This record gives sequence, C-alpha cells and structure tokens, in this order.
Amino acid sequence: MMPRAILAPVVVGAALYVSVAAQGVPVMPTLSSPKTATKPADADGFLQRWMILEPIAVDGQLFDSAVRTTVAREYFAGQITTIPKDGETVTVDGKPLQWHAVDTTNYNVNLIHFAAGLKKPTSNVLFWALTLVRARQDIADARLAIGSNAASVWWLNGREVISLFNDRQTVIDDGVSKRVTLKKGVNVVRAAIINAGGATDFCARFLDANARPITGIAVDLTSTP
Amino acid sequence: MKATLTGAAALLLAARVLALDGDVGLHDPSTIVRDGSRYYVYSTGAGLPVSVSDDGWTWRRAGSLMPSMPGGKPAPEVIARGGNNTWAPDVMKVGDKYFLYYSAPGTQPKSAIGLLVGKTLDPQAPGYGWTDAGPVVWSDGTEDSNAIDPGVFRDPTNGSLWLTYGSYFGYIRLVEIDTKSGLRRYPQRPPINIAINSEASIIVFREGWYYLLVTHGSCCAGANSTYSIRVGRARAVSGPYLDRSGVDMLRGGGSLFLGSSGRYVGPGHFGLLDLGDGVQKFSCHYEADLDRGGVSVLDIRPLLWRDGWPVAGENVVAGTYRLESVRTGTALELAVEGAPVGGRRGGGRRGGGPGRGEAAPPIPSQEGAQVSANWPAGSVETRMAPYLLQAQQKWAVTPVANAGGSPGSPYFRVSVAGTERSLAATGDGELIVAPMFVGAPEQLWRIDQLADGTYRLMPKAVPGRSTAMALSAIGGSSPTLEPFDAATDRHRWLLRTP
Repeated sequence: MMPRAILAPVVVGAALYVSVAAQGVPVMPTLSSPKTATKPADADGFLQRWMILEPIAVDGQLFDSAVRTTVAREYFAGQITTIPKDGETVTVDGKPLQWHAVDTTNYNVNLIHFAAGLKKPTSNVLFWALTLVRARQDIADARLAIGSNAASVWWLNGREVISLFNDRQTVIDDGVSKRVTLKKGVNVVRAAIINAGGATDFCARFLDANARPITGIAVDLTSTP
Repeated sequence: MKATLTGAAALLLAARVLALDGDVGLHDPSTIVRDGSRYYVYSTGAGLPVSVSDDGWTWRRAGSLMPSMPGGKPAPEVIARGGNNTWAPDVMKVGDKYFLYYSAPGTQPKSAIGLLVGKTLDPQAPGYGWTDAGPVVWSDGTEDSNAIDPGVFRDPTNGSLWLTYGSYFGYIRLVEIDTKSGLRRYPQRPPINIAINSEASIIVFREGWYYLLVTHGSCCAGANSTYSIRVGRARAVSGPYLDRSGVDMLRGGGSLFLGSSGRYVGPGHFGLLDLGDGVQKFSCHYEADLDRGGVSVLDIRPLLWRDGWPVAGENVVAGTYRLESVRTGTALELAVEGAPVGGRRGGGRRGGGPGRGEAAPPIPSQEGAQVSANWPAGSVETRMAPYLLQAQQKWAVTPVANAGGSPGSPYFRVSVAGTERSLAATGDGELIVAPMFVGAPEQLWRIDQLADGTYRLMPKAVPGRSTAMALSAIGGSSPTLEPFDAATDRHRWLLRTP
C-alpha cells in the first residue's frame, strides 16, 4: 500500500508549523496551537488537545516483543514521567526534539499532519504523546479507550493500561483498558505510538461503566498533576 | 446468521449433541416452569410424574402430583367426562396461582382436560397443595375432537388467557380461559377450531405474530415414531394459522420446526422456556434417545428466530472453535506474540509481501502443542485480534462432567486448544487465561445460543461479585466481562470453525 498520507496535504495553524499551502498543496488544518486554557472532551468524549514530541527514529518493527523493546529503551530522561511544557526540548541521540501542544479538529490526531508539517519523518518513528485530563470528581469503573496507527502503549497516571501491537489502522475503541478510576483533579494519559510506514494517527477517550463516552472532562495542559 | 447456522450444522458432524443429564426419561412434557430456585416439568404417567432440576441441566424425578389429591386421582367430574388416565399436562403461573391442566382420557376420543390449582410447585414449601377445579373442556367420543394435550397461552398484548387442546380424531381447538378461576371464560361459546391432524398444540407470541406449534406424526413407537414439531402463524390468536407455504393448519398445514436428527428420533410437545434477557429455549421430548437405549427423554434447546419464524437451535457441542465477536469481527486470543502460520516473512514490517513463484508444499495447521512452549508460564492476559489461524486463537470447548450447567447445557471448560490454559473470570470483572483448569466456578462457562444464532458466554461465577456477567468485546482488541445486555453486539459471539 502506498503511504498515501505522506502525499496528503499537511498544515497546521500555528507558527510552529510550516504551511505548504504556498507550495500548491491544499490546506487541511486539522491541527493548531491551543488558543484556550482548557479543551473539553468533544460530544463523543474524544480528547482533542495533546502534547506531542517530535518523532524519534526507530526501526519500525511492530510485533509484540519488538514494540516492547522499542518502548522500553530510554530515549530521554523521565520519558514516562515528564510533564512537558509547550516548546520544551529533549535530546535524543544527540539531537534536540521539541514538544508541541496541539488541538485537533477531528476525533483523532493526525500524526502525518503533525510530523510532516514540521518536516519530520513519519515512517519508522516513535511518537511520545501526553495529555492532562481534569475530572471534577472520581469516576470509578471508567476505561481508557484508544485507537492507534500503528502499534502503541498507553499509561494512565503512570500505570500501563493498554498495549496494541502489529500494523493496524486507527479504530475507535480498539484498545480499551480494564476498569480504572479517573480521579478527581488531573489525570495523566501518556502514549507511545510507533509507525512503520503510511498513515499514522491515534484517538482516545474515556468510557464510563456502561461503555458510554465520558464527556464531562477537559484537557488542561498547563495544569500540574 | 446464515453462515452461523451452517457452521453450527457442520460441527454437528464432528461431535454428538449433548443431552440433558440425570433422570430425563419422560413423555409428553409440560412447559418447564421455574418456581423459586428450581425448574419443574410434569409429564404423562400414573399420577402425573414430576421432574425437578436445580439448574435446568441435571434432572431428577420427584414423585408425582396426584398423590396429593383426594383419592390420588382426578376428580370424579373429570373422570366422568373423560377417564382415569393422566397424560400430557401443561402448567402456567397466572397471578399468584399455578394452573396445571392435564389430560384425562378414557376410551379416546372420549376425553377431558382437568385443572389443578396450587400456590407453589415446591412440595416442601408452605402452602403446597393442589385443588381439583374439575373439567375445563372435554370431548364426548363422537365429536371431531379429542380433548387431550392442553397448551396454555397468556396473550402479552392484552393479558387474556387461552387454552389449546386436541389430538387426532379431529380438530385442535382454542378456548379462552378466565384468569381468576382457570376455567373457561365463556363456556357457552363453541371452541374455535384452529388446526387439524396434529396434537400437543401450544401458542407463543412474538413481535405481532401468534405462532401455533403442534406435533405431527405418530408417537409411542420408539425409533419408528414419526413425531415432528410443526408451526404456523397468525395475526390473531384465533387464526387462521398458515404455514410458511401459506397452507392453513386447519387443512393440515404446518412447516417443519424440528424433526429427527442425530441420535434422537421423534421430537414432540414443544414448550417455551423464556429465560429473560432475550434468551429463549424450548423443551420437547424425543420418542427415542438412541444413546439411552431408545427411551423417550426430555430435552431443552435454544429457540432462534429467523425471518419471522422460529428455528430450533443446537446446544453447543464439544469442539475447537474460534470465538469471534459479532461487534468487532476480531477473535479472542491468548495475549502472546503470535507466530505466523508457516513462519514469519518480511521481518514483521509492512511490505513483506505474499509468497511468490511456484506453488510450494502445503503449510500444516498451527497447533498449540507446537508453539505453546514459547508462551509465558503462569496466567496470561486475553485480547482480541484479526483471526490468523494461529494456535493462541483456537479454543477447545469441552463439557465438564458433574459440574452442573444451565437449561439445556452443561458448563464448559474453554481452553486454548492443545493446552491446559483455561479461560477464567477475575475478581475485578475481567479475564485471564489460567495455566491449568481446576474446575473453579470462574473457569466454568455457560454458553447460550441467542435468538439470532449467536452465542452468549458467561462464567458460572465472577469472584467477589454477585451479578452474572458475560463475555464482552468492549473494544476491537479488548475483551472484558459485563452484565449481559441483549441489545448490544458487544455480548454476542460466533463459535466458528477454526
């Protein structure tokens, strides 16, 4: 399959990104820099504000043990504990990589739009992504529900809750965690997404005890867990 | 749906249908009724034999009804209208009372149907006892009717109560019943003829249709009995009941619902057992169970519905299956790194490509014994994935002896085929595959075929929880356990040929 998304239009609204509209490619602004303090989950519960690190080159193997090996390597200090700010950089293999806060207009986050807009590779890469979800009260028996292209590992408040392996497309509620408590205050959702080639994106939301989307929550990337 | 039934039929070739357990020898069973924690069924024989089950799978004889009556036999009025025999009863709870109708034939077609009224079916319960309310309907021996084989029906559209009855010698007849007394509501009105050339009639209702199920053919000849269960439907309880070909059952119509098959000959005497949550079963007897020396036995099977008609489902048989989610199309698997059948190509990257060139020798199927040594020891998580014919995706479903069961089926062990690794419920309402099967309640699985031919899988118990839970495809790759909801595809599974 041709990695069509690489040829697809890439643009985001913020100055961080390189507009290719001037190069004759249609604009598809699914990503932009946040303009508000918080971003409520959308009507279907999808989390639409994320902090994403510029992609790290990896070998792109997607079977279980290869993904485990890729994710287990420490690329930068505190990679599964850090709460980065927009614009912060880390050094991976001697190269600086920057964290970017983005809002998506869609249910998903298009990582082709993200990376290609920054003139970064989208094949054989690892993306670290993080969001901070604020809940007004404890929500017991909730579940984190994600879809990813391709393999991914997810943590909620420091505990691994989902792992998806092999080449795959983003399907809503593909990987669903066991029952968790979404705690009152700030909850940290962190993901490592590995792409081999072609399209790459992810989506995430929380489900309640009856498998219905949780909508009364919001993302606040400036908050402190 | 069609594929599901075809697949199930194919599996029957490889494994015998399971029969009920315990003492299931009986003839002309009533509708099975649950009272308290037990299931009860009454049948033809001296004093109206009673059979009881705690779970609907293992049955035992519990004496008979008539000894609790004065003189141990039908009331004199019943005997006068019919005779001394006690055959083919039917029972229903109406309000706070049970109405038990029974056949009291003399020299057929001189027969009567009597009524017993009681408050409980449990002989040990306070207030147990039956009152003989006398004859309800009868045939005088000359009319075109033989008043036996009662079938009682409560119309859910208006709460009215009806009784069908009859055998050969004429018509299957319908009368309305008074819900307070259990006797005829309008005794002065003539009965309504609704079918002919049949017996063991009973009506069920579904989605605007009244279905009349009857038994055609002859009974009581062992493996030479031609009994079969037939059906027609009508928009009104009074008919006309037409079969799938449009033939009126008053003219002998009746589409086949269930005939002889496997090791069972001559099914008859349909009874609906609605377990709620969209799960329906039906009871019947077979004239001859070849595995029990050709005696007549009770059975309980799934009741399916297709294109507005009832379909006799099959209880699950032992075999190896893939468990495919109706919702996601993905298959339940042990969460281990799969080994591609025939070996890995392309290093796991995209673009490894299909095999090319000349045809190569066949690739053998992948079995658990070949690859399970590479799997982690101890308990392993479950997940779901596209079915790739791999060993961790094939499940051996095996009945567990002496562990009880549910109406129609024993509990099953569900293990990765070729291994001891067995699916189990965990205390947090999730799933695990334990390294061994130890027979614990969380490892015993109840498997019910649902009305659409798909299946519901439920552990006998979830540790620490009192609520029953069912296997759920809550995500495309993520199974869990949830309280069963008949309205969601998350809880529907296909048991398909691996």
